[in-house]
Amino acid sequence: MPDTPRSSHCLEIRRNKIRNKIKDMLSIKNLQARIEEKQILKGINLDIKAGEVHAIMGPNGSGKSTLASVLAGRSEYEVTGGSVEFLGKDLLELSPEERAGEGIFLAFQYPVEIPGLSTTNFIKTAVNEVRKYRGQEPYDAVQFLKLMREKMAMVEINQSLLSRSLNEGFSGGEKKRNEIFQMAMLEPKLAILDETDSGLDIDAIRIVANGVNKLRSKDNAVLVVTHYQRLLDYIVPDFVHVLYNGRIVKSGTKELALELEERGYDFIKNEVGQEA
Amino acid sequence: MNTIETINERYQQLQSNNGSSALTPIEQNAFNSFNTLGVPTVKHEEWKYTRISSVFNKEYAFNPENLSSSITQKDLEAIRFPGYEDANELVFVNGLYCSELSTIRSENLTVISLDQATKNEYRELVLQHLGHSGKYIKDGLNALNTAFAAEGVFIHVKKGNIVEHPVYIYNIVDAKTANILSQPRTLIYLAQKAQVIFAETYATIGKSESFINQVTEIVVEQDALLEYYRIQNDAAHANQVNTTHIRQIGKSLVNTVTVTLDGGIVRNNLNIAMEAEHSESHFYGLYFLKGKTHVDNHTVVDNVKPHCESNELYKGVVDDSSTAVFNGKIFVQKDAQKTNAYQSNKNLLLSNDASVNTKPQLEIFADDVKCSHGCTVGQMDEEAFFYLRSRGVSEKAAKSLLIHAFAVDILEHIKPEKVRQYVDQLISERLGVELD
Repeated sequence: MPDTPRSSHCLEIRRNKIRNKIKDMLSIKNLQARIEEKQILKGINLDIKAGEVHAIMGPNGSGKSTLASVLAGRSEYEVTGGSVEFLGKDLLELSPEERAGEGIFLAFQYPVEIPGLSTTNFIKTAVNEVRKYRGQEPYDAVQFLKLMREKMAMVEINQSLLSRSLNEGFSGGEKKRNEIFQMAMLEPKLAILDETDSGLDIDAIRIVANGVNKLRSKDNAVLVVTHYQRLLDYIVPDFVHVLYNGRIVKSGTKELALELEERGYDFIKNEVGQEA
Repeated sequence: MNTIETINERYQQLQSNNGSSALTPIEQNAFNSFNTLGVPTVKHEEWKYTRISSVFNKEYAFNPENLSSSITQKDLEAIRFPGYEDANELVFVNGLYCSELSTIRSENLTVISLDQATKNEYRELVLQHLGHSGKYIKDGLNALNTAFAAEGVFIHVKKGNIVEHPVYIYNIVDAKTANILSQPRTLIYLAQKAQVIFAETYATIGKSESFINQVTEIVVEQDALLEYYRIQNDAAHANQVNTTHIRQIGKSLVNTVTVTLDGGIVRNNLNIAMEAEHSESHFYGLYFLKGKTHVDNHTVVDNVKPHCESNELYKGVVDDSSTAVFNGKIFVQKDAQKTNAYQSNKNLLLSNDASVNTKPQLEIFADDVKCSHGCTVGQMDEEAFFYLRSRGVSEKAAKSLLIHAFAVDILEHIKPEKVRQYVDQLISERLGVELD
């Protein structure tokens, strides 16, 4: 960027120096994955540190959701190369439930409706299984209720929603709010939000984003996967990466998201096309 | 001596000992039918998937009165439903009603032998209704049970009476020393505005095989309410053919839930004849099978009169090398206009070796009706499974939660809390998780 003021450039360099001293929470190296015969991820490199918010943007079909799914351990995807290290462990060796235990949380783009499964019972089971994994005592009914009340207030979700079957008949906004509620209950280290803004109106986006922001701390990190810039007005990223055709082709700060919003993804496609 | 010879001998013995009674012609007719029809084979259209003859053709003892004494209060303890302290308890041992082990708490509930019932004011009722199931079930096993009907029991609920204590029925088979054939037989009559709740279960004690051939006929009068819950969780060497035949002869409400969790071969025939306008019936079933259990639910709803409504939902979870059969028939007769009849059968297959045969059938002779039927056979929803696991829930617990979620819309129709808790407990034990 030739017109960036020099002082800001120095600041950037200094920040990166400090950043380099902190150990990575998540380190993705040359990750490749396919579904059936279709190669989707073609060599992803990404490092995330505690306290950071990263956004992955990109046109449809670029592999954003695949990346989120592979990190959470969805079995339809076959990892064909590369590595993912999470807090010093080989993430790809772990089952989905072990990843959750280690502190990975995926907020689904399309949360599943499960008629007959009470939301509260499900969350209680999940919280206690995760506690068991982490070597903590399970919560009893009283402790669980207390925690639930606290987190319900934090993410602005109603009791009435939680006493229903899991996501059954929930509106799009209610489903996403329930995802963020589960995230609050499970206290993950790395939250991956897969197109959390899709299908939401601006009020719903604001509520969901508020929930996420309240959960941010210096000890955890967020990976926001999104097609549009608008969610990033509310969850402000430290870094923005553009995923195109299975690779991260451009990285920058939050300004990159604004540029994408303004110029569309075509300019990325053209840039990449010229390089190739 | 093979089973047929044993049956013949016992039949002749009973007929000569007891002499002629009001039930003799019914029994004789039935015995002749049994001899003509025989035990159904897979060539019989209604028995295509259930090989009952090979089970029946084993050697069974059929002399229940000599064995009943060895069953004690302690055996009973093991199978009691919770809340029994406040229930009427009817105990059948090897198919015969055992008054010593039974407790009747409700004064408005009469329990006497069918033979006795024909000798008092119930005579006309019994003669009018006994054996009606034979009009719907034309096979040798139904006839065989009727051939020994005098040994059965008549249960009467008085007009306008609510039986406050539920009626728990336990069928105990003493198979400690020999294979046992038992034939419980009950005729239940709910007079006008009577209300009663039944919960029934089965237990085979001992390692020998048991074959229960049960027939329960129920007559429901105007404004009466019947709830009938049947929990089948017997041993893998316990087989049963069970016919429940309900007639709604007055505008009335019937709710039934049949839960099958264990057993060898289990065949349930459930018939509901809606013979009065504006009657309503709801019948639900859950089979959750493992091992080699084979369960066959055959249901018939016969809409005879107009403006009736029936809802039927059977759900199955079929694991290991178990097999399930569902055959549901809805008849809407010519006069039964404005009938609403719904039927659905849904199955969850958990293993490659398990199988389900399902056949919903509708036969409509009226032209202004609302009917629907359908069936599904599917596997565990992978997306839901992943969703739960991504939240830290183990594979086993996720599977259990999904199975329970699938079954819950049947279980919630078990209205008496104690019985529902009992079934919930059995299911959590099976799933190996705490469910609340």
